[in-house]
Amino acid sequence: MTHTGNTLLAVRGLTASVAGVPILKGLDLTIRAGEVHAIMGPNGSGKSTFAKVLAGHPAYEVTGGEVRFRGSNLFDLAPEERARAGLFLGFQYPIEVPGVTNAAFLRLAYNTVQGARGKDELDPLEFDDYIQSKLELLAMDPAFLERSVNEGFSGGEKKRNEVLQMAVLEPTLAILDEADSGLDIDALRIVANGVSKLRTPDNAVLLITHYQRLLNYIVPDYVHVMEAGRIIKTGGKDLALELESRGYDWVAEEFAAGRATAASVV
Amino acid sequence: MSAVLQNLVNQPYKHGFVTDIESETAPKGLSEDTIALISHKKNEPQWLLEFRLQAYRHWLTMREPTWPNVKYPKIDFQDIIYYSAPKPKQKLASMDEVDPELRRTFEKLGVPLHEQKALAGVAVDVIFDSVSVTTTYKARLAEVGIIFCSMSEAVRDHPELVRKHLGTVVPAQDNYYAALNSAVFTDGSFCYIPKGVKCPMELSTYFRINTQESGQFERTLIVAEEGSYVSYLEGCTAPKFDTNQLHAAVVELVALDNAEIKYSTVQNWYAGDENGVGGIYNFVTKRGLCRGANSKISWTQVETGSAITWKYPSCVLLGENSIGEFYSVALTNHHQQADTGTKMIHVGRNTRSTIVSKGISAGQSNNSYRGLVKVGPQAQGARNYSQCDSMLIGDKCGANTFPYIQVNNPTARVEHEATTSKIGEDQLFYFAQRGIGAEEAISMIINGFCKDVFTQLPMEFAVEATKLLGLKLEGSVG
Repeated sequence: MTHTGNTLLAVRGLTASVAGVPILKGLDLTIRAGEVHAIMGPNGSGKSTFAKVLAGHPAYEVTGGEVRFRGSNLFDLAPEERARAGLFLGFQYPIEVPGVTNAAFLRLAYNTVQGARGKDELDPLEFDDYIQSKLELLAMDPAFLERSVNEGFSGGEKKRNEVLQMAVLEPTLAILDEADSGLDIDALRIVANGVSKLRTPDNAVLLITHYQRLLNYIVPDYVHVMEAGRIIKTGGKDLALELESRGYDWVAEEFAAGRATAASVV
Repeated sequence: MSAVLQNLVNQPYKHGFVTDIESETAPKGLSEDTIALISHKKNEPQWLLEFRLQAYRHWLTMREPTWPNVKYPKIDFQDIIYYSAPKPKQKLASMDEVDPELRRTFEKLGVPLHEQKALAGVAVDVIFDSVSVTTTYKARLAEVGIIFCSMSEAVRDHPELVRKHLGTVVPAQDNYYAALNSAVFTDGSFCYIPKGVKCPMELSTYFRINTQESGQFERTLIVAEEGSYVSYLEGCTAPKFDTNQLHAAVVELVALDNAEIKYSTVQNWYAGDENGVGGIYNFVTKRGLCRGANSKISWTQVETGSAITWKYPSCVLLGENSIGEFYSVALTNHHQQADTGTKMIHVGRNTRSTIVSKGISAGQSNNSYRGLVKVGPQAQGARNYSQCDSMLIGDKCGANTFPYIQVNNPTARVEHEATTSKIGEDQLFYFAQRGIGAEEAISMIINGFCKDVFTQLPMEFAVEATKLLGLKLEGSVG
């Protein structure tokens, strides 16, 4: 574990609610370039909410705290501006867009992001060349490009498509929300290896997952346990193994005990 | 009605002409005198005047339909100008002879007339208000025996053809607005494709409404003889006005044995402002008759304009094995109202029809699909497939589907599918997360939604239609 990279994401005391119900209750997290973080935790602990808040989903209201992304206040940016600035969210439930081909969608997204980075856009033929290598990375059939975005895709195809989008857009920070759910063991390996190959010293990955198995392929530098809208424990990759065998309850108990001790000291 | 208007209406028509700078306009109001005036101005034969008067007399006994799912103030039919024409000129040999003022208007509207169209291979019969100004390509089409001209010219030069087919698909008594049209129609297009001829180019008519408060009553008749084929394009734009304009056109198509007619429309008339003030009332009767065996009529429409649209391009499938198709995109925004769909009337054996309707509602608009599939007792083996999809943008608009299915033959097979979707937060968020802003996202989603219809349009039209939808939805998402 080295801490040489620049800080990409700095979350301080983040609180957020949806429809007036508080979900995030004071979350702290720092992610530096070159790192892989994993957030684990029981259902309803706020993992997906955290991902959506970072990406700017309009249904979630930020009620307090601060998030800086590459030095700027993240909340000053509209969702599309965050994406263009290099923040990527791989969706747990990707949206279907009937009648729009994957190729057209990917090219529009790519050119929009390229344009924001001051780079040249690619015409359909150039883009076709560009995307071939990305397809190979994920062992995807080129026929995939002519299908409507996510329409009629199996769960595994949808997840693969999310990672394909990540490969095309080359984000600085990729948040993958349950990228492993719905994948069989072969697909899991392909997707995970794809993500690993996309790592550089300048970018970072935040994995949200229920299962340790994904972390066998994408080895995290940090594993965080989330519960009731906060990160209550942080450890190395071994923590994931421990969670796998012991469950989450002991972490929550430990956290509660720690707080009680802290309270008695005060 | 004000005293001034009252006076105007009561003036005898011979004194009533308002000849301003460039147009000759009848006084407001409808009567047998008005009809006689129109017929006289157009030097029509007696039978056509009789046709008009019969229609008018029948119209007087009819009542304005109230079943469409649209709301508008009562129309005062005496407050409408029924005849308005650019000053009659000598026969024009080229565009150079056209009034420069008129040409500037065309240029502003972006009508790529004459040379541009020549290069594009499209003949254009331009209707300006009610009189055909110029018809290009007529000579070239004449080489293969195709007649493509204004209705007035057709009445003058081919009276026997007009008389044979006019009113055979949409009888003068058919409905309130068809009867009105039959009484007062001023001009329109006529197209005749002789036996065995495949029309070598797409025929295109641009309709324009220009004189304020002048109702437009276009009459179009297309006849495709045995084994012929024609693709016909109709495109519309109109300048902005604050007063509602009534438009009640009638389009009749006749396809004989093994003939095919493809009729495409992109309609973008003034829809009123964002508060629903002004805009065109578009009450149109369009119907095709597949009279011959193995004939085919295909309607493709992209409806984006008009304050109110009331339109059901239909097919009467009389000939054995004849085919009717209807592909439609109807988009409404702001306070627009559309009640549109089709009728597929299966009369002959083994007749087939396909209906693909895509309704898009945004703003506070209301968009209804209304369709009838009717299978008669003789229509052994008739088949229909209908797909009606609605898309909502925002939460203040409405979409309705009113499918009517009447089957009187047990061998018929009728399928109807319908979906409703909404461009919602989650969809737009997905696009935003890939860097794509809301307007581009909507445009992409809409074009995907309409793909099945757009692929039916001629290439040039498909591109226009795609742009048009984007334009129409600008600012519809906050």
